[in-house]
Amino acid sequence: MIEMKDVYKKYPNGVTAANGINVHIGAGEFVYVVGPSGAGKSTFIKMMYREERATTGTITVNGINLSTLKNRQVPIFRRNIGVVFQDFKLLNSVSVYDNVAFAMEVIEEQPSAIRKRVLETLDLVGLKHKARMLPTELSGGEQQRVSIARSIVNSPKVVIADEPTGNLDPETSWGIMKIFEEINLRGTTIVMATHNKDIVNGIKHRVIAVESGKITRDQQKGEYGYEG
Amino acid sequence: MKARTFRRHVKESFKSLVRNSWMTLASISSVTVTLLLVGVFFVIMMNLNSVATSIEEDVEIRVHIDVAANQQDKDSLEQEIKGMSAIGSIQYSPKEEELNSLIDSFGDEGEAFKLVEQENPLKDVFIVKTKNPADTMKAAKEIEQLNYVSSVKYGQGTVESLFKFIDISRNVGLILIIGLLFTAMFLISNTIKITIMARRREIEIMRLVGATNSFIRWPFFLEGLWLGILGAIIPIAAVSAAYYYLFDLVQSKLADNNFIKLLEFNPFVYQLSAILILMGAAIGIWGSLMSVRKFLKV
Repeated sequence: MIEMKDVYKKYPNGVTAANGINVHIGAGEFVYVVGPSGAGKSTFIKMMYREERATTGTITVNGINLSTLKNRQVPIFRRNIGVVFQDFKLLNSVSVYDNVAFAMEVIEEQPSAIRKRVLETLDLVGLKHKARMLPTELSGGEQQRVSIARSIVNSPKVVIADEPTGNLDPETSWGIMKIFEEINLRGTTIVMATHNKDIVNGIKHRVIAVESGKITRDQQKGEYGYEG
Repeated sequence: MKARTFRRHVKESFKSLVRNSWMTLASISSVTVTLLLVGVFFVIMMNLNSVATSIEEDVEIRVHIDVAANQQDKDSLEQEIKGMSAIGSIQYSPKEEELNSLIDSFGDEGEAFKLVEQENPLKDVFIVKTKNPADTMKAAKEIEQLNYVSSVKYGQGTVESLFKFIDISRNVGLILIIGLLFTAMFLISNTIKITIMARRREIEIMRLVGATNSFIRWPFFLEGLWLGILGAIIPIAAVSAAYYYLFDLVQSKLADNNFIKLLEFNPFVYQLSAILILMGAAIGIWGSLMSVRKFLKV
């Protein structure tokens, strides 16, 4: 599903964010990416959805080699990947429904298919009754659920989440995790960068630790392994 | 692209005009100001050009024929001049005609010349016009070399400096208009850039969910188009109205002068309007696409 071979990433300012990464993530896996701030977690994740390109090495996602992928092919590639962020990245001027439908409109789906699928997905995240509201009228946890709905509405094979619970209180975070679990049970691969010790230790999955641009630990049903 | 998608783009472009109403107003204003200047310039330029052209067209070469030439010599001279590539037309004017028009040009005082009618001191003349007025000097010099040409007159000195002046003013006008257009484009691209900064998030999200660059660009393209067209309305109305009054004024004040003639309201103002709309659209689209460009780099 996701494969990295000898991946190095050096930014123009001289910072090396990936220093020889080799990893394989199989279909249907749930993986936590942990590590201190500035250790290269974000770069590791961004390279998976081709927001950043590896300087050297090969990255294959969904069978597509990202190092040879042309810029104009990136949008098509992204349609099979869902991305969730700490700050939700919602359009605050349009409704919850439109935020989710947006992801299907840009790939020119049939209106009838959009309607059916958006309501289905909002139901999955428990927000069908708030479809007509604006994101600003929702709580943080609800906004994150809208963002998750948007990421999965096109039924991607992989969902990549960068600190999805970073802005949420513990109770709300558990609610969000329940949704990710649900999505994972349906066969979607999930890669989640997180600082949340309680979640990593509470819901056991594979843990990949990244430090100084290297994978320092990779264990099935692992522990968070850091203080705080 | 599917028709449904195109409708979506049109709808989105209008929504965004309304949603960012202040920036819409700012962009339209900068298009308006620029096109107003361009329009005024254009009116001046085009009229100057038409006056210049009509002056140029009045420039003729008068070829005075040697008195020694008989009919056959004159015929062969005419053929020779006609044979030159630059020559547009040639007309023969015998010396009697020349005297008459000279007498006419003096009006009442011309009576004095009646005395010389018996002993006409003038010469027969070929009136020659070149196809391109700029070739006048060169053609005149060539004709001067021919047999039985006593002298050649085309307003030496005056014509050269006139042509030079016309040339310079045309170029200066053109440069000014191009300069204005560039200023406008940067002005508008900056204004739109500000609206786009606010819509960075929207573009970022579009890219995340897999929208192609052209899909992202379309609404901006259309938005620029509307801004340009809306910005052209006031300049077109203002310049047309002003020209209408100016034309009337000039026509009534200078009714019987052939020298300064403004271009007819129809079709000039319609052509001008079309040009302003096209310019507005081009400026708007260019500005809009330029500012969205940097957010589309992967």
